[in-house]
Amino acid sequence: MEDKKTLYTVSASPHAKNPSSAAGVMLDVIIALLPAGVMGTIVFGLKALAVIGVCVASAVAFEFLYTKLMKKSVTVGDLSAVVTGLLLAYNLPVDIPLWMCLIGSFVAIVVVKQFFGGLGQNFANPAITARIVLLVSFAGSMTKFADPKLPDAVTGATPLAVLGGAEGELPTLLQMLFGVKGGCIGEVSGAALLLGALYLLARRVISWRIPVAFIGSAAIFMLIYSKGDFEYTAYELLAGGLLLGALFMATDYTTSPINKTGKLVFGIGCGVLTCVIRLYGSLPEGVSYSILLMNILTPLIEKATMPKYFGKLKKKKTKEGKAA
Amino acid sequence: MAHTRTSALLKAVKKGKGGIHAPYHKITAELETVRMPAPEFVTLPMLQHIGAPCTPTVKKGDYVAVGQVVGDSDKFLSVPIHASVSGVVESVQDVKLANGTMAPAVVIRSDGEMKLFEGIEPPVVNNKEDLVKAIRASGLVGLGGAGFPSFVKLTVKDDKPIDTLVVNAAECEPYITVDYRECIENSWNIYSGVKALQELLQLQRVIIAVEDNKPEAIKVLKSIADKDDSVFVMGLKSRYPQGAEKMMVLSATGRVVPEGKLPADVGVIVMNVASVAFTARYLKLGKPLVSRSVTVSGDCIKNPMNVRVPIGTSLRDIVEFCGGFTEEPAKLICGGPMMGTAITSLDVPLLKSNNAVLALSAKNAGLKKETACIRCGRCHAACPMNLVPTNIEKYALKGDAETLAAMGTMVCMECGSCAYSCPAGKPLVQYMRLAKSIVKEAAKK
Ligand code: SF4
Ligand code: SF4
Repeated sequence: MEDKKTLYTVSASPHAKNPSSAAGVMLDVIIALLPAGVMGTIVFGLKALAVIGVCVASAVAFEFLYTKLMKKSVTVGDLSAVVTGLLLAYNLPVDIPLWMCLIGSFVAIVVVKQFFGGLGQNFANPAITARIVLLVSFAGSMTKFADPKLPDAVTGATPLAVLGGAEGELPTLLQMLFGVKGGCIGEVSGAALLLGALYLLARRVISWRIPVAFIGSAAIFMLIYSKGDFEYTAYELLAGGLLLGALFMATDYTTSPINKTGKLVFGIGCGVLTCVIRLYGSLPEGVSYSILLMNILTPLIEKATMPKYFGKLKKKKTKEGKAA
Repeated sequence: MAHTRTSALLKAVKKGKGGIHAPYHKITAELETVRMPAPEFVTLPMLQHIGAPCTPTVKKGDYVAVGQVVGDSDKFLSVPIHASVSGVVESVQDVKLANGTMAPAVVIRSDGEMKLFEGIEPPVVNNKEDLVKAIRASGLVGLGGAGFPSFVKLTVKDDKPIDTLVVNAAECEPYITVDYRECIENSWNIYSGVKALQELLQLQRVIIAVEDNKPEAIKVLKSIADKDDSVFVMGLKSRYPQGAEKMMVLSATGRVVPEGKLPADVGVIVMNVASVAFTARYLKLGKPLVSRSVTVSGDCIKNPMNVRVPIGTSLRDIVEFCGGFTEEPAKLICGGPMMGTAITSLDVPLLKSNNAVLALSAKNAGLKKETACIRCGRCHAACPMNLVPTNIEKYALKGDAETLAAMGTMVCMECGSCAYSCPAGKPLVQYMRLAKSIVKEAAKK
């Protein structure tokens, strides 16, 4: 009190903020992704761990180097590069050469994320775009799926390929759910993915809208297509990257609509497109492409579904309303 | 039927969207209001309300008594200013206010006597025109923080009939407890104010709305209102900004106040509970608004408490009365932490609309480091007006007035829920203000 000239901090209200942080949100996503990584490692062996490690480390390294080089503030502390690295690894087959992981990380972090302005600015999902780039460039390595290294595992073609008409034996639905099947590292266990998603829902990191709209619309589509065959539909939902995509990739904040209706539209778009590509396209898997396509449409969806604000007048131009 | 109804606590008719749960910090809730003795000087700015400033009606050297008019205006949107202590006018000069603006002010050196002005007598009020006149003369402005002249609210136009008075005792801002104390200490004044307003304005019903984290206040008010068929107590979910006017109207009546409109447009008057209690006292005694209660609180205040202070007392005197600081605060706030103004110095006078003075240490002052927006949507989820603050920020930085208007920028009430919730620590309210000024500028053209 004695110093009459003390000046205090002035800043705009509010003068209270909750303790959340961007890094905290990312940490929650990382925690939610762990079960799927553990299952991937159990199913495919330690090589899976190597792929995950290389992807995460290189994603963080690229982010660090890029921001340093461009003299931007170094943002690796926000953990978003870790999330991108994890998601990339989960979308790769276990036998991928490790140098391809590096290319994937580079595309995801430098080309897709940083070139467009960094966290929160990119219009396409970095991990998905990287996966597609790798898929297009190295189709062979990207579609050579290892067999699960577990007793009783069904070997041969992936379930999705079998569903699509390839020779092979389908695992049971239970095996599908717990990951005893071929596929990418992170997509093998639907149960682990669901567990992680439940955590994110409970922590209110994601809303139910995109996953439910995505999975729900795919289910309805497949049911109609199969004339009500529930078993077939269940296989379709558990196969490939559908759950990983619906729960963790389509819910990416930056590349999906921010508003409720927009999220539903986005999810339905993803679900329907995935089915269309799987059933009528020449590609075996449609999740990545459909999410990417919907990413691109996100600004349009947001514009078309702008939430109705409180007390909005119908028809009459807002300009006529005087400020109260 | 009516009797069984009144004995029950009403529930909100409609639930608003969004809002936040902030720690209450109502550490002064159980402390009885303490009257502060007259300070040496009071500084009475001529602009303590929303509207036109007053012109001083006294000059240096004049003797004034408590309740005497020292400033008035002939403009419609204005209320007179009264001397809050007795003594001699020291000077008429420009002073800096808490919000940083300058205003002319009358400075009075107190003689310590607190002598009441002789001309004070209860107003004669027989109809609603008399009431409006009397309330204007009383100098009353919304005591809940907005500072809008109360007589304007009470001016009921024939083409806009009013059926409901909502008495706002939500007090949803953290720390502040003056309205709560009003309910506990002056419940009969509240009730008699309610009855006077109800009768003069011919209102069908009165709803006294309190957040449900104040069960004592609800109990006291209910014990009085239970004997009345047209006065109801409503318990609202404790959720900031429950006390915001439009939220209040929605919760209490289910009516939506359209953009650019006032509660009166949907047949409702909302009045702060302390304003209602003051109205009752004024109608009985005729003593204008010369003092008010403030909560002095925060983790840097030695003795947090509720104090009854003469208007115009410097915040420095008030803080000193409360024992000063325990440690140098990081932030000083005039008002609540959500909507109050951070001030640079304690040397500003207390205005009619100031309900709190807070001194907060760095860990409690909301000084979060700003990082990039992650588009998590929490600002949108928290916004009671269903706006998308992060997108509004984007268009504000582009200066796109048309899109901003279409997005509803102007309905933002600057409640701060968005910024409170943002993990990236973005100063969203600042961007909302920028966006509003862009829309306003464009509308002028
Ligand atoms: S809450 Fe903050 S980080 Fe999240 S979308 Fe809004 S501005 Fe961006
Ligand atoms: S300050 Fe404005 S934009 Fe932010 S939550 Fe409140 S009303 Fe919504």
